[in-house]
Amino acid sequence: MYAFTYHRPTTVRQAVGLLGKNEEAKLLAGGHSLIPVMKQRLAGPPVLIDLSKVEGLTGVEVGARSVTIGAMMTHSAVARSVELQQAIPALAGVPGSIGDPAVRARGTIGGSLANNDPNADYPAAVLGLGATIITSKRKIAADEYFQGMFTTALEADEIITKIQFPIPKKAAYQKFKHPASGFALVGVFVSKRGDDIRVAVTGAGANGVFRVTAFEEALRKRFAAKSIEGMTVPADGLNSDIHASAEYRAHLIAVLARRALADAN
Amino acid sequence: MAAVAMTVNGKAVTGDVDPRTLLVQFVREHLRLTGTHVGCDTSQCGACLVHVDGKAIKSCTVFAWQLEGANVTTIEGIADPSGKLHPMQEAFRDNHGLQCGYCTPGMIMSAIDMVNRKGNDLDDHTIRQELDGNICRCTGYHNIVKAVAAGAKAMKGSSAPAQAAE
Ligand SMILES: Cc1cc2nc3c(=O)[nH]c(=O)nc-3n(C[C@H](O)[C@H](O)[C@H](O)COP(=O)(O)OP(=O)(O)OC[C@H]3O[C@@H](n4cnc5c(N)ncnc54)[C@H](O)[C@@H]3O)c2cc1C
Ligand code: FES
Ligand code: FES
Repeated sequence: MYAFTYHRPTTVRQAVGLLGKNEEAKLLAGGHSLIPVMKQRLAGPPVLIDLSKVEGLTGVEVGARSVTIGAMMTHSAVARSVELQQAIPALAGVPGSIGDPAVRARGTIGGSLANNDPNADYPAAVLGLGATIITSKRKIAADEYFQGMFTTALEADEIITKIQFPIPKKAAYQKFKHPASGFALVGVFVSKRGDDIRVAVTGAGANGVFRVTAFEEALRKRFAAKSIEGMTVPADGLNSDIHASAEYRAHLIAVLARRALADAN
Repeated sequence: MAAVAMTVNGKAVTGDVDPRTLLVQFVREHLRLTGTHVGCDTSQCGACLVHVDGKAIKSCTVFAWQLEGANVTTIEGIADPSGKLHPMQEAFRDNHGLQCGYCTPGMIMSAIDMVNRKGNDLDDHTIRQELDGNICRCTGYHNIVKAVAAGAKAMKGSSAPAQAAE
């Protein structure tokens, strides 16, 4: 690991100020993506800014139309939230499927979204629900936020503070777990809220999480597994690696989408 | 350098360490508590599990300075001060839940955390799911699962604390 110095700010403003001072500085949340890559020297931030003492980054707030989750909420804290389980059960189920119990005790929703790993689970839920990423400077719609593998709309001195999820009428997440890592080989999040119908896929796209518009169109008539029966996704542009070919991933997308729809109905 | 101050197995400890020092290095190399193991150093195997403020975490994936003021329990901190083993340790012995023993400290810390979260009556399926983050190269897991189920039951009737005494 390369050497670094660290800071422990207590407010978002201080943290933003520290980020502004050094372009290569990095925020540290749960550390469960950043510390492993620092050990491999794939990242070598000279300055770490620990978010654990920063006020106002935790909590789950359920409103009439939306649920807002603080960026520093760990996967296990989100999974345990009874209010969330009632408001958006499909979302409450997502963090419980991440990694193992010790990973869930440290990893955070904000860290997962800032990292935007192409096999991560939360990106599917955020895009699949049409959530809004609230940062230290603005609000970013999910459709604008994800910009490719490990790439987001976040600027260098921007901190995710909260994520706001609209409450859908129906939603579900289905994940085909990589048996060793626990990450999604493919994961599909579906939701319906009025005219807004979403089918978001993680784990498969060469550019990270994406929506399957053909499925969404077909679901407009009726939001049910039957509506997309027989439909497939082209394997073109999907990931292919030792774990699964692009064709297999394409097949999984249709299977998991149907299962999610069956679940959501 | 980084100033570190935390409670480990009920004792206040301090240190002045390189900021890169992981909790597991602090515990093993500075405090000389070598029961906590490093199996993978890539956050996957669970040999390094310790409890921090009552939750099992991977001590290879957190810097010591991040845990200022925290209450840390390692495998050395769970037996009774008289030397009597914790019921979960006893269950691993009784059920032959280990062979080389390298994974065992992590398995036991994981198992106690499991009981804290899921209660004393654990079925095999739950135990296997919850041990997702603990890898054993020897046993084939079967006796570990038996040991966890028995240890969980034994913890019910015992006065053994789920975490080390303050
Ligand atoms: C063994 C293992 C298994 C895993 N399995 C899964 C899985 O099945 N599914 C899954 O989705 N993930 C999985 N993960 C990843 C895990 O969920 C990570 O915790 C998560 O991706 C990153 O969150 P973190 O809080 O640990 O972030 P960190 O590692 O602290 O940070 C990650 C990145 O985000 C930035 N960042 C952090 N917080 C903010 C913020 N508030 N604003 C802006 N930038 C920020 C950091 O600067 C850094 O670049 C796994 C990890 C491990 C080690
Ligand atoms: S050494 Fe920490 S998880 Fe393997
Ligand atoms: S007993 Fe040898 S690794 Fe588990």
